[in-house]
Amino acid sequence: MTRTVTDVICPFCGTLCDDLEVVVSDDGKELHEVYNACAIGAEKFLHSQAKDRITRPRMRQEDGSWKEISYDEAIEYTATMLAEAKKPLMYGWSSTNCEAQAVGSEIGEAVGAVMDNTATVCHGTSLIAVQDIGIPSCTLGEVKNRADRILFWGCNPAHAHPRHMSRYSIFPRGFFTGKGHTGRKMIVVDPRPTDTASMADIHLQIEQGRDYELLNALRVAFKGEKLPDVVAGIPKEKIYEAAETLKSGRFAIIFFGMGVTQSLGKNHNIDEAIAVTRDLNEYTKAAIMPMRGHYNVTGSGQVWGWQFGFPYAVDLSRGFARYNPGETTSNDLLRRDEVDAVFVLGSDPGAHFPFSSVKKIYNLPSVVIDPHETPTSEVCKVHVPVAFVGVEVGGCAYRMDNVPIETRKVVDAPEGMMTDEEFLKRVLGRVKEIKGV
Amino acid sequence: MAIRVNLISGRTIQQGVAMEAGKEKPAYTTACGIIELDPADFKKLGAFRNTNVRVTSSYGSVVVKAVEATQGPHPGVAYIPMGPWANMVVNPNTYSTGMPTFKGTPVEVETAKNEPVLSSLELVRKGCRGELA
Repeated sequence: MTRTVTDVICPFCGTLCDDLEVVVSDDGKELHEVYNACAIGAEKFLHSQAKDRITRPRMRQEDGSWKEISYDEAIEYTATMLAEAKKPLMYGWSSTNCEAQAVGSEIGEAVGAVMDNTATVCHGTSLIAVQDIGIPSCTLGEVKNRADRILFWGCNPAHAHPRHMSRYSIFPRGFFTGKGHTGRKMIVVDPRPTDTASMADIHLQIEQGRDYELLNALRVAFKGEKLPDVVAGIPKEKIYEAAETLKSGRFAIIFFGMGVTQSLGKNHNIDEAIAVTRDLNEYTKAAIMPMRGHYNVTGSGQVWGWQFGFPYAVDLSRGFARYNPGETTSNDLLRRDEVDAVFVLGSDPGAHFPFSSVKKIYNLPSVVIDPHETPTSEVCKVHVPVAFVGVEVGGCAYRMDNVPIETRKVVDAPEGMMTDEEFLKRVLGRVKEIKGV
Repeated sequence: MAIRVNLISGRTIQQGVAMEAGKEKPAYTTACGIIELDPADFKKLGAFRNTNVRVTSSYGSVVVKAVEATQGPHPGVAYIPMGPWANMVVNPNTYSTGMPTFKGTPVEVETAKNEPVLSSLELVRKGCRGELA
């Protein structure tokens, strides 16, 4: 017999869909089917059932092969490595719950670590911009119920946040948006005609890396001032048309992604995007929101925000929290050889950092906590598999609009496996013993 | 014959699905060990679809399979889905922001028919040990 668990939260992207239905065996040990999720979310649930899943910690041998070790040995190695390091880097934190993040911060404080999350290669520059000039934002519920002008800038939700458009931004019928997508105008700014752009009313196929110019041109167009014939590869008529479309709406929302944060200009592009939103508020109601990637990257920013006052790149090595992106961020630290141990949890820098940084991790004492076998586990000395958060253990996660949602446990983890939180608590206990506090 | 293009990287849904299914599996290499080229750039390169190419930037070099862009046309712009292959060649400089420059790296693409596309784990392992060509 099987039973269906309803209202399950999807632990893949920042959209944090909360309407999944998962069919599990009666004893709660096996997961059979996933309904309502996107292809990526469904795969995440189903992968927890993989037959070749690694269920015990392992340590790299001299010859490059793995040796299975116990959780106790893994805890001892991790605690000793962190306690002995002068300035360890504790990176990741975006694919776990806020409870584990809180314990992680305690360890970071005890050992004087640099705490950094995946925002550092994702929306870190957005956070810098927000600290520069603030952000007029809203919740996804308001977008669903009110927004009639949707602008996707440098993001491709059809691929990266597959259900974002159907649940919140383009297609749903909300309280004041009863016509669904027919009552909305969609604008996409992207150097490629992406699958998202092909759905748009207006696609501005910008020259790659010219976001700042185009944002600036929009501000000029709002005021009806003169533009050069072509800006960032876009004819001025199209820019005036886009500006008019935005101004004529009742509620405009700008969603922006990696196209803005990772192209040159970086935080300055986002400063300008926020300024566009502010200018738009002269004519109508407008808001702006980053498209957050990992399902709980927002949560780690929240946790550190209330604990240390900074959302990422928190340097605790001097006994108090310092924050200076460009100095205390993971890639800069690794590139400058400023850390002497690396601890990774809930992220995969091996796959998603530039290779020069990956090589630095390979040459340092390192531990990765991850249910999967990844390029990071390939370069780390110890790999500790744990239960999947959101599938095998619940906990708090923050959606991209900063709304906290309690994820649910749907199946049991394989026998004898620890959760992130349990593992971190044991490491914290051992670190305190070693440090004598 | 080599061509110069502007490289960007980012998510694709195939990248997402393959990543969640296991980065050690061949499907991840199929999804991310590719470079999406515009038909016009294929013409300039003088290569068939689905041949292996070597992508080189000032920061590194990697062999991937050249496929026709599914989300195009965009002459002059090439695309490698985010992952270890793209990260072998992207610009790692953060210019004091913490953020490497993952988008907009000038690269050179040349055919490399007889060179294999390595799996993600192999690529990272060989790269770290300095065993890559």
